[in-house]
Amino acid sequence: MKFSENWLRELVEIKADRAALAHALTMAGLEVEELTPLGDDLAGVVVAEIIAAEKHPEADRLQVCKVNAGPGDPLQIVCGAPNARVGIKVPLAMVGAKLPGEISIKAAKLRGVESFGMLCSAKELGIDADASGLLELPLDAPVGQSLAGYLGLPDASFELKLTPNRPDCLGLVGLAHDVAALFGSTVKVPVQAAAPVTGAARRGIRLEAGKDAPRYLGRIVEGIDPAARTPLWLAERLRRAGLRPISAVVDVTNYVMLELGQPLHAFDNDTLEGDIVVRHARAGETLKLLDGNEAKLDDGFVLIADERKPLAVAGVMGGFDSRVTDATHNIFLESAHFAPAAIMGRARKLGLHTDASHRFERGVDPELPRRALERATELLLAIAGGKAGPVLVAENLADLPVPAAVILRRARLKRVLGVDVADAEVARIFTALGMQVARAADGWQVTAPSSRFDIEREEDLIEEVARIFGYDNIPTATPAGALTLAIEPEARIGELALREQLAARGYYEAVNLSFVAADLLADWGFTDRLVPLANPLSADLAVMRPSLLPGLIEALRHNRARQQERVRLFEVARVFGEGDPPLETPSLAIVACGNARAEQWGEPARTLDFHDLKGDLDALIAWGGEPQRWSVHADGLPGWLHPGRGARVMRDGATVGYLGALHPQLAKTLDLTADVHVLELALEPLLARRLPLAQAVPRFPAVRRDIAVDLPESVSWSQIEQTVRHTLGERLKELRLFDRYSGKGVEAGRKSLAMGLILQDASRTLTDDDADRCVREALAALEQSCKAKLRG
Amino acid sequence: MDDLDSRAAQALADIDKADTLEALDALRVGLLGKNGIVTAALKTLGALAPDERKARGAEVNRVKDRLADALAARKQVLEQAELDRRLASEKLDISLPGRDGERGGIHPITRALERIASIFARLGYQRADGPEIEDDWHNFEALNFPPHHPARAMHDTFYFGDGRLLRTHTSPVQIRSMAGRQPPIRIIAPGKVYRSDSDQTHSPMFHQIEGLLVDETSSFADLKGTLAEFIRAFFERDFEMRFRPSYFPFTEPSAEVDIRWDAEDGSTRWLEVLGCGMVHPNVLKNCGIDPERYTGFAFGLGVERFAMLRYGVSDLRAFFENDLRFLKQFA
Repeated sequence: MKFSENWLRELVEIKADRAALAHALTMAGLEVEELTPLGDDLAGVVVAEIIAAEKHPEADRLQVCKVNAGPGDPLQIVCGAPNARVGIKVPLAMVGAKLPGEISIKAAKLRGVESFGMLCSAKELGIDADASGLLELPLDAPVGQSLAGYLGLPDASFELKLTPNRPDCLGLVGLAHDVAALFGSTVKVPVQAAAPVTGAARRGIRLEAGKDAPRYLGRIVEGIDPAARTPLWLAERLRRAGLRPISAVVDVTNYVMLELGQPLHAFDNDTLEGDIVVRHARAGETLKLLDGNEAKLDDGFVLIADERKPLAVAGVMGGFDSRVTDATHNIFLESAHFAPAAIMGRARKLGLHTDASHRFERGVDPELPRRALERATELLLAIAGGKAGPVLVAENLADLPVPAAVILRRARLKRVLGVDVADAEVARIFTALGMQVARAADGWQVTAPSSRFDIEREEDLIEEVARIFGYDNIPTATPAGALTLAIEPEARIGELALREQLAARGYYEAVNLSFVAADLLADWGFTDRLVPLANPLSADLAVMRPSLLPGLIEALRHNRARQQERVRLFEVARVFGEGDPPLETPSLAIVACGNARAEQWGEPARTLDFHDLKGDLDALIAWGGEPQRWSVHADGLPGWLHPGRGARVMRDGATVGYLGALHPQLAKTLDLTADVHVLELALEPLLARRLPLAQAVPRFPAVRRDIAVDLPESVSWSQIEQTVRHTLGERLKELRLFDRYSGKGVEAGRKSLAMGLILQDASRTLTDDDADRCVREALAALEQSCKAKLRG
Repeated sequence: MDDLDSRAAQALADIDKADTLEALDALRVGLLGKNGIVTAALKTLGALAPDERKARGAEVNRVKDRLADALAARKQVLEQAELDRRLASEKLDISLPGRDGERGGIHPITRALERIASIFARLGYQRADGPEIEDDWHNFEALNFPPHHPARAMHDTFYFGDGRLLRTHTSPVQIRSMAGRQPPIRIIAPGKVYRSDSDQTHSPMFHQIEGLLVDETSSFADLKGTLAEFIRAFFERDFEMRFRPSYFPFTEPSAEVDIRWDAEDGSTRWLEVLGCGMVHPNVLKNCGIDPERYTGFAFGLGVERFAMLRYGVSDLRAFFENDLRFLKQFA
């Protein structure tokens, strides 16, 4: 809502300067979003008339003008504006004038010709953005008058960011009521007199939309002058409210909307056939709107029609064919009340947002239509002449909203706000806001004016008191009340701790958007059970991510393209899958490429590999204290993993994630120039943690025996481990692999592994014989099930 | 005797001259060892008369002690010299970087979010969460947004084909936390939220933290006090603050909170940091809580805004680019 400060000050006395007014509005919940001073500094600028204009002898683009600026001789002014011509009235900054931006006007010579002042554009005067040429004033502007006086300057444009509950402030008169309450003054709006009825033209109005359109007023005005010009004062107020003057009829309807908050519409009466019918649209009905687009309607829309055709979408926009043109002499003025519920969302459905829909969907005072119609008639007759016909009224009083009386309890007011507001102050606030107040047993009974759609219950009244009393005047306190200590399960690792742990292992946390491109997912092979958005911002942000990896790899690529060779990133967020409700699984993903360690001097550089990442996984698993519940498997890998360098991670027999090298084919598709290793796991299993239950420390020492075996390449470590464990049972405390070798000295297709057996018995110290027997048993088992040979 | 004395004198001189521990040890063996001169002298004692034996014994032991002391003293000198040599040869360039000193870092949004959540945790607010894919009831209706209400237009919403939506705020967690529960309730609900809006100052995904307190006495004054304390705790300084009336369907009275922020150019301006209000009775009722018995307040804040202010980040988009040169600043 944008408006001229001077206009508001005409409607209500404001005992405060501009800054104080702006502050008061903001602190009353009518936030001033923008405040633009207009014509603050126009001393020495007057209305002038160009009486001669000749080309500058030395410059093609300049003219030497003779300008009449009041008593005294005409002044010679050199001017470069394209629209400078004889006969027009324009602003003249005389010698000695100061313009906004600290420009002072001096007598000067321009290319050898003397100039005594400057003819100005609106922008140079600081009253509008238009810098295309001189500001052309109406031809009846009095020569010599100060421009500020003529235009009603200085002024300011206020732009309020109004909340949806305050449609009453979408008209200046409504706003004036709030201002009056804030400053303890009264609104100075005269009672609207009825315009003299000099015409007799009538038209029937039929209400057929029930409670959606309970009141419709119209009036025919015949014989207006289509060429009538909107007077300067009115045009200026529109401009300062952000509206362009268009034509007398349109400007008047806009003006009344700004002043009272009631949207009006004018039809070319000669295009109407028979009665006005206010009805619901029929499914499939269409109407070409004022903006030239065709609206496809259904029975959710209220339509203004005549007996033959649709004319306007009620509360949204008028139709093209019935619009007022520069050939229109007879108009039909509409001033109606539509129920907010009948308008809400309708403009949006048509891809529109209009001044009318903005107001109607929030609620326009149902008592306004007649007043607005009379006001518009008054202005129209004064500007464009014509004969006003009688006011035509159709209404269903039973369907009009009736302001309800609401009780406010004194105790409740104090309890919600935490402050005592004096009874007299409460009553003053309601009265000042135009509400009727009566004392009730333990508080007040308040009836809001019909303009206040937001006053329905006690809390609404409490808010009004708080707002005008001032939030600043409410003290600060500390909440009392019983504190129950929230239980944080110890058997769960906190998400922050997990993140810190990954940071400690050299990873940086990334945050990616939750939606990705379907194409990218297709590259990865994610095509099933996706959750696509119905209204994505773009194709790149169209599908809820089923995995954190595609986005994280994009982040890795982003960094690789910016001289970062070694990238280690992780992300903790939800991944999404089809379901009812859709599945949201908190997940952890890691991506890494480059060297295993940051570049350093102490040992040879080595490229990060599968087992580096597995080390990270092992560390996280170890944190939970139950590594025996976890296992990795080489089968059942997703297509995006390297088939020989990937692993499926299971916990308690369920797959919870994957790790490994990205499939070379995918890496190529994604244009990755380095080997990238990735890990993605469901978060919850990783956060599960064993609550320690202490066991006695072993009383007898452990014995270690090292063995080296030679076995086929295809035998996995886990097979060996299982075999040895199974064979030695409880006595094997630990099996440590400390060397792995293949190559010279080992037959092709075989490998050599060296491992340490840590043996211990809970009941006695193991003898050398015991240990040797264990080694023999282990070797025998390995020979049998793993084709192992003891190395010499 | 004279023989022992003179050999001892010679031995003392030899000890002084010994310049390696090995040489010193050879001397020790020759003097005090099994076949050493002292041992030999002691062996001769048995042949002496008892009184002579006693005197001679004492004599030999004195020599033995002198030699042992001299050996020990010389050993210490030689060991010290060897240690000095070793230390001199073992000098490192301690300015070389240490091994494995690398560290990553958590994201600034996480950092700010956790800081905020932990401040409220200290006040007894329990962490809560809800789905990011919400239904209309939890995101709007239960929060007192009627269908098509213009207040919904302020939430540019992402929808799914089945009518579900991406939550536009963390406020639905209020509903989920209150449903089936009775006050006192204190929850803090951080999480991702979504609006279909993307430009220099808007990201289609961002993070919010919702706070909710419901019990028998909470008032707007309590809300003001709580948020003033929070701002002070988060920024570790006092701010001039103002509560401005505003409108949210799920709170009434509602407010936006501004703090007086010092811009870099030395000027100050009001900066909106929070939305809040007293929980609307309809919301309590929708959750089965009696609004006559209980009142409550709720607040919501944008984590990115707090992270930007706290860490001096000027471009919102930097949070989601994941550029290591940015992330490394928050290690």
